[in-house]
Amino acid sequence: MSRFTKFGNALYTGERSFDFVGNRVRWYLIGGALVVLAIAITMLRGGFAFGIEFSGGSEFRVSNPAAVVEQTAIDTVESEAGLESNPRVSIVGGDSVRVQTEQLTDEQTTQLRQDLADAYAVPVENVTASFVGATWGQDITRQALIGLVVFLVLVSFVMALYFRTWKMSIAALVALAHDLLITAGIYGVLGYEITPAAVIGFLTILGYSLYDTVVVFDKVRENTSHDGEESSRTFAQSVNLAVNQTLVRSINTSVVAILPVGSILFIGSLLLGAGTLRDIALALFIGMIAGTYSSIFIAAPLYVHLRENEPENRKQGRKAREPRPASGAVR
Amino acid sequence: MRSARTRFIWLGLIFLLLIGGNALAVLQGTGSWVPKLALDLQGGTQIILAPQVSENQNVTEEQLNQAVSIIRQRVDAGGVAEAEVTTQGGANIVVSIPGVPDQATLERIRSSAKLEFRAVLQAGADLVLDETGEAPVIAEDSAPQSSPTDPSDVAWITPAIDSAYNQLSCAALDERGTNVADPAEPLVTCSDDGVAKYILGPVEVDGGTITDAISGLVPGPQGTVTSEWGVFLEFDSEGTEAFRTVTERLVFLPGVRNQFAIVLDGKVISAPRTLAAITDGNPQISGSFTQETATVLADQLKFGALPIGFAVQSSETITATLGFTQLQSGLLAGAIGLILVVLYSLVQYRMLGMVSVFSLVTAFTLSYFVITYLSNAQGYRLSLAGVAGLIVAIGITADSFIVFFERIRDELRDGRNLESSIAGAWRRAFRTILASDAVGFLAAAVLFILAVGNVRGFAFTLGITTIVDLIVVALFTHPLMQMLGRTNFFASGNKLSGLDPRALGAVYRGRARFREPVDVGATAQKKSAREAKRRQTIAERKAQEEAGLLEGKN
Repeated sequence: MSRFTKFGNALYTGERSFDFVGNRVRWYLIGGALVVLAIAITMLRGGFAFGIEFSGGSEFRVSNPAAVVEQTAIDTVESEAGLESNPRVSIVGGDSVRVQTEQLTDEQTTQLRQDLADAYAVPVENVTASFVGATWGQDITRQALIGLVVFLVLVSFVMALYFRTWKMSIAALVALAHDLLITAGIYGVLGYEITPAAVIGFLTILGYSLYDTVVVFDKVRENTSHDGEESSRTFAQSVNLAVNQTLVRSINTSVVAILPVGSILFIGSLLLGAGTLRDIALALFIGMIAGTYSSIFIAAPLYVHLRENEPENRKQGRKAREPRPASGAVR
Repeated sequence: MRSARTRFIWLGLIFLLLIGGNALAVLQGTGSWVPKLALDLQGGTQIILAPQVSENQNVTEEQLNQAVSIIRQRVDAGGVAEAEVTTQGGANIVVSIPGVPDQATLERIRSSAKLEFRAVLQAGADLVLDETGEAPVIAEDSAPQSSPTDPSDVAWITPAIDSAYNQLSCAALDERGTNVADPAEPLVTCSDDGVAKYILGPVEVDGGTITDAISGLVPGPQGTVTSEWGVFLEFDSEGTEAFRTVTERLVFLPGVRNQFAIVLDGKVISAPRTLAAITDGNPQISGSFTQETATVLADQLKFGALPIGFAVQSSETITATLGFTQLQSGLLAGAIGLILVVLYSLVQYRMLGMVSVFSLVTAFTLSYFVITYLSNAQGYRLSLAGVAGLIVAIGITADSFIVFFERIRDELRDGRNLESSIAGAWRRAFRTILASDAVGFLAAAVLFILAVGNVRGFAFTLGITTIVDLIVVALFTHPLMQMLGRTNFFASGNKLSGLDPRALGAVYRGRARFREPVDVGATAQKKSAREAKRRQTIAERKAQEEAGLLEGKN
């Protein structure tokens, strides 16, 4: 049997135990510092880099050109009459060139498409042209924000109903905010473009982060619901045991969830370059790691924080703190 | 065990229904065994149209649906095969066309084709812009000095309208768009080619009363055929009546006021002189038409004007090659992801991992048939974002198996035998899976209802796979575990089963058969004994107290 299983056994019985709840200040600080860093560096860099979908413009993609070089495209755009220079040119997927310009008229688009095809010595069918109005990105963002608010309200309600306490909802939402801020922050820090696909990724983190927290909280609920005044553990110890008992599960589910996402990220960046797959997968990849961390290190300790001073929970485990009778009899 | 069989039968029924539904669609020739692909996977052009409305104006769902059906008719009439017109996010219209559309097709789709007939009040040449290229300033509206008596009355020309007319440059008009003009008010506008400008009276006949429109060559004066293309209109009785009234009035008016302007989308396409009253309701429009533009206009008029104007918000073309590459990469990423998950499961859970592999395969097959069925029945198209959703779902589906397996192990550690462990674990794990899937589904549903564009395809597959996950874990994984739990291989806790109670450090296994003591630390022994005690029922505790066993335990 693998070492990992033994590790799981030890965690289950309490032979080994990580003090997630006791060291909570440390975990809060780590999470908080990461969030602050992410925001600060993003601000210093001058905010997020938004994709063409948010700023508006035209995009051309030349596939399978004779030579994959950026300069050809820059020269072509600059030689075009009536166009502002400074196109954003990048090589995607190793075999195609992407050219982004300001928004062009239909005639200019047709012209540039033809010229790019000539310059790269490919048939004109190999050059695709797209354009996005500046409002498109705003529309998608507005809808995303509405979706975010509606989802948060609904899900807080559902969780409060299921767990019979709104404090779990609060702890889960704080953990969620941590995940979202870190994910968006890494985009800001690394200067990756925020595209609608990345926004999809952010939105999916909503679901995943809470999904993960719910699994941990369900074990917490189970462990603490048995407790009463008679329990030999304090409320905090009870929660900590629950988190330790689901730790193997947390690690396994996170690995299993991250493997396919990592595979999309790898294939997406390698074969396709910038695009839907890579953008979704990158956001998810970061968000899932942050989500696993926050369920264990932030959500559960925070829940203890919110509840341990309730009169009922204060009583709990008092016996554990009193000196035990030498006979060992509990009652 | 009867329940395990019953649940397998239910799962079989679900499969049969889906496959049957699919087979039916295939037999009728309307469906296929593979889901339809969206544009980003098969190549084509996607045009997103956004309504042009003023700030305080709202687009109703009715208007949007009307616009969709009109655009669909126009596209179909244009002979574009397999085009799709849908609404999105409650405001936009998405037109998906295979291949690259030409200018005429674009025009056919996006122009609202709001046709109006207005009397000409004043006409002149276009204003030549000065160097600054300033757009005309529209002065404050003021009431006409005397109320106009009929739509041809020059009293409509207030000083404000007059100054707007004087400052109007047709180049500036293009940018502004006059398609939102009030039909009850006079209109200052230009001709389609931007050469002449007009002040027009209020709308007297509108395109809504047109019953049919065909394009053809305009007959000459003596019935000879000319080479000029035009559009022939047919009005309903109301339109015919209105047309007769107007032309009867105009025919006696002098100068430009004798002209009748035909206004399309806010621009004058033609302003013919009224030579005779038209009483039969069959006028013709001629101007600078080619065969193509005449056909497009006739189609537009026939299917009616769009209730609101639209502007192209985004247009994206993807070549078939790129689409194929994207599909390939998506499938490749999915395959690699699946293999990694399978390997990890096998390493972590040994033979138990095989259960999760079979469950994943079942979940995948089920999702595939659901998507194919929806593709046939609802016209759903699988997009790249949708494929990404499916791949992400592999991990989330495997999650619920892991939650279940870990629970079984927990129960084994508490010293239950395998069969009761599976039963106990299921009760607890199913609660957890239900709660977490509910959260996941909620996220997908909210995204699907509120989101636009790609997000929907992603949310859709994520939502489907969440439901599939629940079905598979309840109707496949659990009954399978129940059956496996009775096999000797698993029940005896074979080392390779992944459920070896000895390795899991179980307190005791089987009824009253305690395991050989394992060397664990003193604290751990105390803790697990406490754990065991905590889990005792009251009856057990009392029985132990009576037997005086409690003393020795702690």
